[in-house]
Amino acid sequence: MSKVDHVVPGTSSVGTEGTKRASTYLFQRSRVRLIGLLALPMTWLVGVYIVSLFLLLVTAFWVINPFTSRVSPGFTLDNFISIIAVPAYLSTSLRTLGMALAVTAIAVVFAVPLGIYMAKLASPLMRNVLAVAITLPLWAGYLVKILAMRLVFTENGFINWALGPLGVQSPGFNVWVAIITLTYLWFPYMALPVFTAIRQIPNSLFDASADMGAKSFATITRVVIPLIIPAIIAGSVFTFSLSLGDYLAARFTGGATQMIGSIIASNINLNPPVAAAFSMVPIAFVVMYLMVARRTGSLERM
Amino acid sequence: MRGKKLAFAALFAASAVVLSSCAGGELTLDVPDVPMHEEMGAFEGELNIVNWSGFVEPAWTDQFTADTGCVVNPRVAGTSDEMVTLMRTGEYDIVSASGDAALRLIVGGDVQPLNVELIPNFSDDIAEGMKGQIYDTVNGKPYGVPIGRGANLLQYNEDVTGGAPESWDVVWESDSPYAGKITAYDAPIYIADAAVYLMYHNPELGIENPYALDETQLAAAVELLKQQNAIIGEYWSDPVAQITSFVGGNTVVGTSWEVLRKFAASENLKTTLPVEGSTGWYDAWLVSSTTSNVNCAYAWMDYTSQADVNGAIAMNFGMAPANIAFCATSPEAQAHCDEFAAEDEEFFSKIWPWTTPIEQCVDGRTDVKCTSFQDWTDAWLTVKG
Repeated sequence: MSKVDHVVPGTSSVGTEGTKRASTYLFQRSRVRLIGLLALPMTWLVGVYIVSLFLLLVTAFWVINPFTSRVSPGFTLDNFISIIAVPAYLSTSLRTLGMALAVTAIAVVFAVPLGIYMAKLASPLMRNVLAVAITLPLWAGYLVKILAMRLVFTENGFINWALGPLGVQSPGFNVWVAIITLTYLWFPYMALPVFTAIRQIPNSLFDASADMGAKSFATITRVVIPLIIPAIIAGSVFTFSLSLGDYLAARFTGGATQMIGSIIASNINLNPPVAAAFSMVPIAFVVMYLMVARRTGSLERM
Repeated sequence: MRGKKLAFAALFAASAVVLSSCAGGELTLDVPDVPMHEEMGAFEGELNIVNWSGFVEPAWTDQFTADTGCVVNPRVAGTSDEMVTLMRTGEYDIVSASGDAALRLIVGGDVQPLNVELIPNFSDDIAEGMKGQIYDTVNGKPYGVPIGRGANLLQYNEDVTGGAPESWDVVWESDSPYAGKITAYDAPIYIADAAVYLMYHNPELGIENPYALDETQLAAAVELLKQQNAIIGEYWSDPVAQITSFVGGNTVVGTSWEVLRKFAASENLKTTLPVEGSTGWYDAWLVSSTTSNVNCAYAWMDYTSQADVNGAIAMNFGMAPANIAFCATSPEAQAHCDEFAAEDEEFFSKIWPWTTPIEQCVDGRTDVKCTSFQDWTDAWLTVKG
């Protein structure tokens, strides 16, 4: 009787003698059990993630031999100083920050009305159709989507073909097209949490707001928005940090636009220490952003 | 020592004007002493190659493997800088390096001098302009076996320009009629293209060789590149992006290769060599100094130097073959050689082969220190902003 009690349902009689012995062994030793449980995730977290980040940080202090362009261990702060001191680097960092903020802002502006419509106004069928439409692009390859945007905005592309007769011209590739492409890429990460948050707002709040004389716009700004701020911040963590690290959107749809990622990509072969130093910039931006986000308490709701 | 250098300077200056053969060789560079392979031994059974896309294909590697038992493992690299990084991992035996990577690898001790006696096909049939050039022949020692070459030409959309631009000014000057629709090559070595333009238009700068720039000359080139940055539509390093940009109409003029124009397969796209001349890439096989498959590497260099194999590589990639004996092998081969000016030394005399800039001025000047590739790299990254 007591023998059977310890057997997990579903594994009872099929377990071989060996697995039984192993479970008995683990059952009696809680420490071994704990190590066994954490070994894999900790190896990944420490061995792969933290160590590689640490090595990157260390490389940022290394020097490069001017004659052979070989990297050799050493200690210099020049790589970090260059981030601020070289005008082209500084302007690229600031531009990237601005682009990431713009992408986030545009995503919010589109996500809120869409979320309200989907959660409160749309028929169940329409709601499902829209939910699929928002998530479907996530299934397509990232590069495919960027190249698709390149084709849309190219001189002989979709915009000039469809809207050209109406006098609308494609702007060509520039920083704004890169922002549009990034918004297109990361929009689902904003739209879904916002939609979920609006769905959780009880309908009675809308009724109460209307009863007290608020028009639709006032209801949105004074009732809906304050309630979904945590969701917006949760979504913005994605849109903001993913935009900060991106560079292929800029390369293929940004014309000559440079982002932090572009500088890292060109330095990775030419001057790895500078690339390593530069990779700390988006990390610093994101950490700052997360600290602000944490204060609002929205990270707990993700 | 000094006399020798001066003698070289005179020799080099003379030869640089016509860019005839044996330009290099006399300039004494400080390179690590790496031993040369003395005699052929047993084949090791494998060969790990870093190569440009299209240089290593089953069409000719299968025969090589059947002959020698060396299994070929190719690794395609996208840029010269990536090739250098890959070779320095020590995991590869041989690389198809362009001149801008070659000298870096040589002075870094990453590749070994070659014993040409073990490469019977390394012969007189190699095009004059590819023999003994500074980028792969150092202190009289050959480090590279030539594969092929190509020029960085000015490509233009004839529908828009209405004819071939005579000068590179359409891509450099702020008042270019094609501002915003210009493309440029995205690598530090592109600084040499600015230097070639300045060499012609600003003789007072005294640039004799676009790869030997002192600080003032580099600053002038960077100034020109910054001026160009304002009118650039896109920089390209990925050939596909460049082709779609030209075909899509976003780019009207810019740097290109003959083979990219061919791939674009668009009637209105043409290439031309402007009056200033241009830069070009000259590729050669270089063997790693730490290779453990040296016999396979030598066998590979010998095999690919045969006229037919060298020609097959050149036709597949779209460049002028190094072994011009290939041209006479068939009408098709001759057509290819004509299209890519393989036997036209007159044409290639206007092309400055990509060479890694180093502190020692490769134009023979000894009174100044030239800027190194690292200086070019730092400068290049500040151009794009």
